[in-house]
Amino acid sequence: MSVLVDADTRVLVQGITGHQGTVHTRQMQLFGTKVVAGATPGKGGATVEGVPVFDSVERAVRATSANASVIFVPAPFAKDALVEAVDAGIPLAVVVTEHIPFHDMLSMYHYARLRGARIIGPNCPGIAAPGKAKVGIIPNVVFHPGRVGVVSRSGTLTYEIVSGIKEHGLGQSTCIGLGGDPVVGTNFVDALSLFEEDPDTDVVVMVGEIGGTAEEEGADYIRAHFTKPVVAYVAGRSAPPGKRMGHAGAIIARGRGTAASKLAALEGAGAKVASFPYEIPGLVAERLQELTNR
Amino acid sequence: MVKLAEWRGKEVFRKYAVPLPRGAVARSPAEARSLVDSAAVPTPCVVKAQVLAGGRGKGGAVRFADTAAQAEEATRAILGMEFKGEKVKEVLLEEKLPIARELYVSLTLDRSLRLPILMVSAQGGVEIESVAEGGLVKIPVHPFIGLAGYERRQAVSALGLSGAAAKSLDRLLSSLWRLFDEEDAELVEINPLAVVGDSLVALDAKVIIEDDASFRHPEYAEVRDDRTPLEEIAREKDIAFVQLDGNIGVIANGAGLTMATLDVLQQSGGRPGVFLDLGGTDDPKKVTEAFLLMAMAKPKAVFLNIFGGVTRCDTVANGLVAAMSQVPEGERFPLVARIRGNNEAEGTQILERAGVASLKGLKESVEKVVALANAGAPLAGPA
Repeated sequence: MSVLVDADTRVLVQGITGHQGTVHTRQMQLFGTKVVAGATPGKGGATVEGVPVFDSVERAVRATSANASVIFVPAPFAKDALVEAVDAGIPLAVVVTEHIPFHDMLSMYHYARLRGARIIGPNCPGIAAPGKAKVGIIPNVVFHPGRVGVVSRSGTLTYEIVSGIKEHGLGQSTCIGLGGDPVVGTNFVDALSLFEEDPDTDVVVMVGEIGGTAEEEGADYIRAHFTKPVVAYVAGRSAPPGKRMGHAGAIIARGRGTAASKLAALEGAGAKVASFPYEIPGLVAERLQELTNR
Repeated sequence: MVKLAEWRGKEVFRKYAVPLPRGAVARSPAEARSLVDSAAVPTPCVVKAQVLAGGRGKGGAVRFADTAAQAEEATRAILGMEFKGEKVKEVLLEEKLPIARELYVSLTLDRSLRLPILMVSAQGGVEIESVAEGGLVKIPVHPFIGLAGYERRQAVSALGLSGAAAKSLDRLLSSLWRLFDEEDAELVEINPLAVVGDSLVALDAKVIIEDDASFRHPEYAEVRDDRTPLEEIAREKDIAFVQLDGNIGVIANGAGLTMATLDVLQQSGGRPGVFLDLGGTDDPKKVTEAFLLMAMAKPKAVFLNIFGGVTRCDTVANGLVAAMSQVPEGERFPLVARIRGNNEAEGTQILERAGVASLKGLKESVEKVVALANAGAPLAGPA
């Protein structure tokens, strides 16, 4: 088992004929993912990395039974691409595209929800279950199969941390990159509830950053419902208020969303909080040891 | 984010028929005088500094005038000011109205609910953060429906309005919702919204437009917020570049890794002075430009911390090597490099051939760069 993706995941790549689409199709294949179709309007009949390209998502789904989509199309067209995927019956869409206006994302999120589909992202690295499937762009080199779940709002910081877990001799069950935008399809609470149900995940690493209150809500969920050990890290302790730190969501505005508030909430909920990213693997190993001793 | 000055916000309000006081912008004392002389601005009037920071009233950036001469004088005093670090270049002159009550209205995003939210309060005219939770009514709005009639009536009743004022608020809320939606706003705020007789007038306007929607709003392109000149150059090159007050430069990729790098530096006794987020790029030229930009910021030492995903390590290494020969003699800085991830081996080799060692651990890298920076300038000294 794993979370949201597994060996039966059949991936459609929207925007497969673009540079990023092509590069990451190859990388997903090397990971062992079944990439079954691509979709780019007007490019139907082409082949990219051995994958057939269709003019529409509906045709791609009919021909290949794709059941997950990864979206690389540019921001002005991302909403359209997502709606097309949802209308074609795709239950899981990973939106890698960055700079999607949040007004568009609001519509995308609520439309997907009404239709029973889940969005991961936007502006996210996607999801990967080592040995099974990867839907997104996380570098293959960081992974090793194991029992640690990872959920993060960051991209490259996730790579750094997941890689550290591997170098420590541990492995991951599933890694979910939620994305750094103000509105995301899947948040910490959503991801934690999935990990709670996953028998192959023993410990969860939660990587947050300043801005918004998603970490605090995650902490509330941990306190009330989550039974597995959590190791947490929050980026942005040194960020000055009012400065946007790269991610559209990473800003301390009106005193809300500070690292201090998030760290206090997570600690209060029983999570082990790492002061430095390189402390995370050690803390994870300790939690796993405690489970073994129990 | 594109923060609009009050007068620009009011231009947008006008487009959506939000009721405003009569007024005009002046950029010189003489212009202010002639605006009153010609009756474009009725007296008595208020003269307000056009700056983005709040708290203008308390800060002396709002003055009153009964005559054209007084308006000229007030404008002269305000135009000379520096308000919270911002030089005042424009004032807005508006008629002074007999205000019965001051209300608060705003539309923004509730990230937790993943819905827009309308907030209203009967306690307008003060900083909304100082209003107790119970004094603020929050009404979530579904994006597929818009601000529904019953939700507008909820707001009317929360503000205790009736008759013509109630109708006026109902219309105003419909306008504000259309503005928020169509202009891709992050925030639309009226504080205070004045009750004048039995009608409503927006005395202030705070409008923030979302940057990411600029592809469908080219009209806001000329309006920029308060960036430093180097931040402006970086923006043109699509590099996230932020100046802080320390002496160590950080070049990283991705917002999360960049922030974590700054944190670890600070926790280890270093002072980050500028950070530059390469984002996802596979163009070595962009990396070269980033390095040259970093040199312009004159850091004491620079830490390059890359985890290669979309941005490959060899791309960064090639860009760095190209930049090293282009940085002018006087602007060179000691560099600590750490490049991991996709094409790590290739990147490390390219750097080594150019005489730069790539360290593996984050901890050792940070300790090294902090030592380099502090050797150049003691912690307490100027950057």
